[in-house]
Amino acid sequence: MSNGSGTRRWGGGAGRWMLTALMLVVGLMFLAPLFWMFATSLKPAAETLSRDVGVLPRFADESGVAPGKLSGAYAEKLGSQAAANYSAAFDNPVTDFRLYIRNTALVSVLSVAGMVLSSAIAAYGFSRIKWRGRDSLFLVVLATMMIPFTVIMAPQYLLYKHMGWIGTFAPLWVPAWFGGAFTVFLLRQFFLGIPRELDEAAQLDGCSHWGSFWRIILPLAKPALAVAALLQFIASWNDFLAPLVFINQQKQYTLMMGLALYERQHGGTPWNHVMAASFITMAPVLVLFLFTQRALIEGVATQGLKE
Amino acid sequence: MRRRWPTWLVGLAWVSPWLVGFVWFLAAPVAMSLFYSFTDYSLLEKSVPVGLANYREMLGDSLFWVSLRNTLVYTFASVAVGGAMSLGIAVLLERRLPGTGFVRAAVFLPTLVPIVAAAIGWRYMFTTDNGLINAGLKSVGVGPVDWLGDPRAALWAMVLMGLWFYGTSVVIYTAALRDVPRSLYEAAAIDGLGAWRRFVSVTLPSMSPAVLFNTVMSTIWSLQIFAAPLLMTRGGPDNATMVFSLYVYRNAFEYGRMGYASALAWVQILIAVALTLVALGLSRKLTYYRAA
Repeated sequence: MSNGSGTRRWGGGAGRWMLTALMLVVGLMFLAPLFWMFATSLKPAAETLSRDVGVLPRFADESGVAPGKLSGAYAEKLGSQAAANYSAAFDNPVTDFRLYIRNTALVSVLSVAGMVLSSAIAAYGFSRIKWRGRDSLFLVVLATMMIPFTVIMAPQYLLYKHMGWIGTFAPLWVPAWFGGAFTVFLLRQFFLGIPRELDEAAQLDGCSHWGSFWRIILPLAKPALAVAALLQFIASWNDFLAPLVFINQQKQYTLMMGLALYERQHGGTPWNHVMAASFITMAPVLVLFLFTQRALIEGVATQGLKE
Repeated sequence: MRRRWPTWLVGLAWVSPWLVGFVWFLAAPVAMSLFYSFTDYSLLEKSVPVGLANYREMLGDSLFWVSLRNTLVYTFASVAVGGAMSLGIAVLLERRLPGTGFVRAAVFLPTLVPIVAAAIGWRYMFTTDNGLINAGLKSVGVGPVDWLGDPRAALWAMVLMGLWFYGTSVVIYTAALRDVPRSLYEAAAIDGLGAWRRFVSVTLPSMSPAVLFNTVMSTIWSLQIFAAPLLMTRGGPDNATMVFSLYVYRNAFEYGRMGYASALAWVQILIAVALTLVALGLSRKLTYYRAA
């Protein structure tokens, strides 16, 4: 693909700089809430309630004198305040974040494994085998992508209650072992792009579908599988609604349930501590984003593309 | 020679994980809730059949209408503003200006922020005295607005916060813009079309599948707005942010009225299915496909 053609640019010079400035302002506006949350997680409690909205913490003393932002005294105050806020949030008497991290990690890992494996198998059936009814059934897959969770939460609750699943982790990970519409779609698009000759040759050599799935398709599809795994990990790590509806004991809370409980605890939680707790729960996803953002963004973009 | 299975059976076997899941976790619960929507069911006692009473009750239930109205207002505002905004940002991102990679990441990042953390952050942003939003308004001489406490403002606060999550639309539009054939632009340049005409008569028609996809998806997702009002306003003040999903949740899990909640959920299912069918129909009719 060639990079840009002159026909799309506005004049050049001044117009281009104004567009650049506009674009950067948009980017900063999208970052501002997260940045402000992070800055708040570093502030002393009094500053979070102050009327002058400062972005960075000031650390003023009683007489209102604040150390310069570049001074050693400021760095020292920042370090100790951050440590105090984050440890107060992590080790608080109400929510056992250590336990919730273990619960969330367990559920997320089980969901990722099941989602990727079973969606890959289904995607193979929707792309590498030609059979009657395949494409009509795939339309059903696409249609289910459009059914949001809140529409079926009450019906699913009824089902899980009959099955004795309420109050267990099962509703949070077992369904993932039956694939998910979006992951099936993502993997199918990728599988369709793998040249047919590869598995046809293998099948002439006596390789079964099962064999070509494991030995040809999966190894070639590693990048797509990785994106599917990442997206599913983020989805289950961040999931709030399923645990809200299906989990009923505090010892089975996930991190997001814990964060919501911490925010609402009796008497309310100081802003700086609750922001620190938010960043603790977001840390794994933010780190993953830093390292994989290009692949993630491209994976999400495939949704809108028709083959 | 091994015995050969008919290909449709082989295909069905391969897609069976998804098919079983579809029946088990979607079709079965949806069918069960249809059954319970014709009953009175408190979860603690056996369900009692009541015929159409739940559906009839809806017609006279003012909260049903309030929640429906709030959801529609929210959806219309969010889809219109969010759609225009994400298309605009995507066009900016496709100009290969310096800093594009950073801005794309910044716009996409909020979609990965869990709703609980986002609700906490935005509740703080919306505070009247020391919130970032009122500080910004003050600098242009407006406000302060009691975003989450004023019944006239609370739903718009939800719309504003919802815009933060339009990164997925932006990313999809960007990919679609990249796919617009260069030759079309060159032809438009030869015809001497201006930037705006070029956008309206070349760019938009070429990316109509993406426009349709994004509009349908954001409509469906906006209609199910739930966690933000649950966490930030509990549906208040004065039911200003009582949205449909929240009303279903209240009935099912707080008022113990699973029968009525099932009927409400069915109304929601019918709306979602209708929209999906409209979308599939439209995508056949309206969208422009390039000749292969």
